Amino acid sequence: MELIGPIAESLASHRQRLGPLLALASGELIAELESSGLLGRGGAGFPVGRKWRTVAQRSSGHAVVLANGAEGEPLSHKDRSLMAARPHLVIDGALLAARTVGADDIIFYIGMEHRAADAAMRHALAERPADVRGRARILTAPPGYVSGEESAAVHFVNAGDARPTTTPPRPFDRGVGGRPTLVQNVESLALAALIARRGRDWYVDRGRRGGVGLTTVSGAVNHPGVHEIAYGSTLGDLAAAAGGLRGDSQAVLLGGYFGGWAEVDAQWGLPMDPGSMRARGLAIGCGVVHFLAPDSCGVEATARIVAYLASQSARQCGPCVFGLSAIAAATQRLATRSPHAGDLDRIVRWTGQLAGRGACHHPDGAVVLLRSAMQQFADDFTEHQRRRCLTVSSPRRVAVA
Amino acid sequence: MNDTLLWYATRGAGVVSLVLLTGVVVLGIVSVMRWQTASWPRFLTTGFHRNLALTTLIFLAIHVVTAVVDPFTALGWEAAVVPFSSPYRRFWLGLGVVGIYLLLAIVLTSLLRPLFGPRVWRMVHWLAYAMWPVALIHSIGTGTDPRFGWMLAIEAVCVGSVAIAVAWRASRSAPTAWRQVPATAPQVKKWS
Amino acid sequence: MGEILEVDRIRCDGHGICAELLPELISLDDWGYPIVKKGPVPDHLVELARRAVDDCPVLALQLSLQNRDRSR
Repeated sequence: MELIGPIAESLASHRQRLGPLLALASGELIAELESSGLLGRGGAGFPVGRKWRTVAQRSSGHAVVLANGAEGEPLSHKDRSLMAARPHLVIDGALLAARTVGADDIIFYIGMEHRAADAAMRHALAERPADVRGRARILTAPPGYVSGEESAAVHFVNAGDARPTTTPPRPFDRGVGGRPTLVQNVESLALAALIARRGRDWYVDRGRRGGVGLTTVSGAVNHPGVHEIAYGSTLGDLAAAAGGLRGDSQAVLLGGYFGGWAEVDAQWGLPMDPGSMRARGLAIGCGVVHFLAPDSCGVEATARIVAYLASQSARQCGPCVFGLSAIAAATQRLATRSPHAGDLDRIVRWTGQLAGRGACHHPDGAVVLLRSAMQQFADDFTEHQRRRCLTVSSPRRVAVA
Repeated sequence: MNDTLLWYATRGAGVVSLVLLTGVVVLGIVSVMRWQTASWPRFLTTGFHRNLALTTLIFLAIHVVTAVVDPFTALGWEAAVVPFSSPYRRFWLGLGVVGIYLLLAIVLTSLLRPLFGPRVWRMVHWLAYAMWPVALIHSIGTGTDPRFGWMLAIEAVCVGSVAIAVAWRASRSAPTAWRQVPATAPQVKKWS
Repeated sequence: MGEILEVDRIRCDGHGICAELLPELISLDDWGYPIVKKGPVPDHLVELARRAVDDCPVLALQLSLQNRDRSR
């Protein structure tokens, strides 16, 4: 396994396994990354090479690299697992990025609750020579969903306040200390470090379709946890790697809380690479794959997620604060089968009003999730508005032994 | 110019200024409370608030100029510009000068708001709660008309309206209270 | 060279004066926060748009040139 393992890998073992870090010229490495098609792993999926190029163009040698290991998404565990097992690969990625974009400051932004990851990263940094230690530091991200957002991370470094800010300016223009800042997910950095050593062909040819990535599989599987997959593997392959489904799960949440629900049967053969998923209107997001238990109600599950998202609002923008809490309340009423008249229509209307009207993408993510839920569980939502529940009252799913 | 005319102009412009300022303060509170009806939209409140404030400046100019050039009072320009420098009713007159400076600060930061930014503008605007009482006390202290019933009535109406408006403001929570993280928010950390 | 209206969503306190002054382009959601029509401001409304920008109590409404970096 490239990206995960049982214990934190030492510097010696890392160097022995992978060899030294190559000294590719910046322009070459950016071109290599761009042609590899590597996409960001934080959730947005922005092309990594293009991001590095954008920062490099604006840098006068004093840019900043912010390695984002905040991982505030509750269903995602891959970043902490990666940092806990392969800290030197992450550090390599950050060093490469710093050299390539012209940065003299590296910040590892690690979520407060990820103790093993934090310890491993600190230990690994201490193993590095003085010149690396001198320009790298670890900052602890406050817990919470939005503290991993790009502008929130920068805001925290600048002012100790991990809440998103109005953009423009984007971090690649003016971020930490007003300098161009590359905010990159730690898994993206680790993969960049592997591509730098082995070339873009390694990444593109490794799986049937190209690429590797980490996913966090949870829910109705026998062995939930972080799994490394070669892109080209299907959803069925991933379920098998996770010990198989527990029961006849009908719905799977792909991509995390900003992702969408999909039908397990229809997507069993879905190749889990970003391109194939996008072609089917889905997204890998931050790699979350959550199978809904067959005896769980999709409306209830959605209501819990929306309530969580509403509670995680940074409370800076009216539409997010009021819109999300109203949607959460209405969805909760639906979930408990005690809706007010017109609640379903209200949810549809409010969801339509919410998109794009916050300073960050938090409300947009909730909208995407809700829309996919209302599509995936359309019958359930309609039944709940009639104060009935398909799952509870008349289970139409039969558990397969 | 006829001395009595100047003297009446000073007192008249002063009273009008006080009444206008009272209107400005009340309208400012009405605006912050977001009050509106079907036939009175918000922009009327904010528009009047601004226009009355600017009108006040005109009457204040008349008030100050006529007072200074009036040979009877022999105030001189220094008294109008340096607070508490006039031998005539030093304290009460000085308050008037202070009040005008406060008002000028508020008006200037408002007219040049994009330059000063919303935070500075807001801080200076809060001085209105100091400016109005200062103006009122100046008016009572320097006025030679308080013995007249009509003057007392005007002052009572001014004080009453501001008092009611302030009580109304204080009785409701700040319109931006939703920005605070509620203490009773469910700390839903994880799902399922 | 079109100008577009944008709202600083963090500054906006939902006063709603912008919607009163420019109902052609700005409406309010259920909680009094502005929904701005996308696209450049029509020429005959530019003056009204400037007035709405000036009258916003918290300077949340902004009029800016269209060809700024909108990538997000």
